[in-house]
Amino acid sequence: MDLLGWFKSKKAPTANTARDRLMMVVAIQRDQDGRRTTTGNGGAVSYLPALREELLAVVRKYVSVPDSAVKVDVQKEAGLEVLEMNITLPERT
Amino acid sequence: MAKIIVVTSGKGGVGKTTTSASFATGLAARGKKTVVIDFDVGLRNLDLIMGCERRVVFDFVNVIQGEANLRQALIKDKNNENLSILAASQTRDKDALSEEGVEKVLNDLAKEFDYIVCDSPAGIERGAHLAMYFADEALVVTNPEVSSVRDSDRVLGLLSSKTHKSEKGEGRVREHLVLTRYNPVRVEKGEMLSVKDVQDILAIPLLGVIPEASAVLTASNSGAPVILDQNNEAGQAYDDLVARFLGEDRPHRFVEVQKKGFLSKLFGG
Repeated sequence: MDLLGWFKSKKAPTANTARDRLMMVVAIQRDQDGRRTTTGNGGAVSYLPALREELLAVVRKYVSVPDSAVKVDVQKEAGLEVLEMNITLPERT
Repeated sequence: MAKIIVVTSGKGGVGKTTTSASFATGLAARGKKTVVIDFDVGLRNLDLIMGCERRVVFDFVNVIQGEANLRQALIKDKNNENLSILAASQTRDKDALSEEGVEKVLNDLAKEFDYIVCDSPAGIERGAHLAMYFADEALVVTNPEVSSVRDSDRVLGLLSSKTHKSEKGEGRVREHLVLTRYNPVRVEKGEMLSVKDVQDILAIPLLGVIPEASAVLTASNSGAPVILDQNNEAGQAYDDLVARFLGEDRPHRFVEVQKKGFLSKLFGG
């Protein structure tokens, strides 16, 4: 039996991280190829709402802003995909 | 009507040639007239895995360029008369393969053989493109590793757009997933992507799961495709894979952790 193993610290399983990262790159890849993706209906765009929510949460750690303060969009220009983010901070008082 | 099957992956070192060799050997063992072609021009290796490296006189490029005919270039397998091998050239000329040349050789082979297995080089350049271009079906070989899965997905994109079938609107290449170097113990510990993870991401039907096994290396050392070793799990998994490809219904083995008895736990069996 692996006695040494008992004393080693347990590492966090990484398979889930691998799966999540892959789903993201594959979704983007398929969108660029013009293929249908299996990870969402709208191709790469499917992760945008979640991304926006998370960004909003990060911004709110520091300042209080309305929901509309964070805007995220993907634009295609000549085969290039541009991720556009707009964060409106409140005016200083 | 001969069936053309490409064995492809994108990433190198995941088991394309090992799979090509065992798949072709398995088809021939079931009485199918089979030829396996090495498309890796400049980096010939299928001959080594098939154990016929000393019998290569003429190769694929010699045939395309008219320096030899097919009969001279085809190497008969030493164990099975249904099986022939067409070796890759060691030329450094990347343009040695032409689309017309490949098409003509495949058409000639189709008159004689039931199955034509095309062992693709890694990458997505000319050799890989031509290996898949005329295919009816594709075995997409993948390791449970992020780089391999991503590259396989790239290849799936090419299979759906850059093949003769797709360009001529003759339907699509039928895709099969072959997951190699699988280790159920590591999957159970959460250290390795599971069959289901890979299937969810790539979304193509699973043809076979080949367990990580030392027999794969020893088979290549001796130049005998691992499917010939039926005492070994990898050999058995390849046999199942071939049977499934030919329409047999076989359950997937080697995807769950084998429960060990008390004695084997004690002695590390």
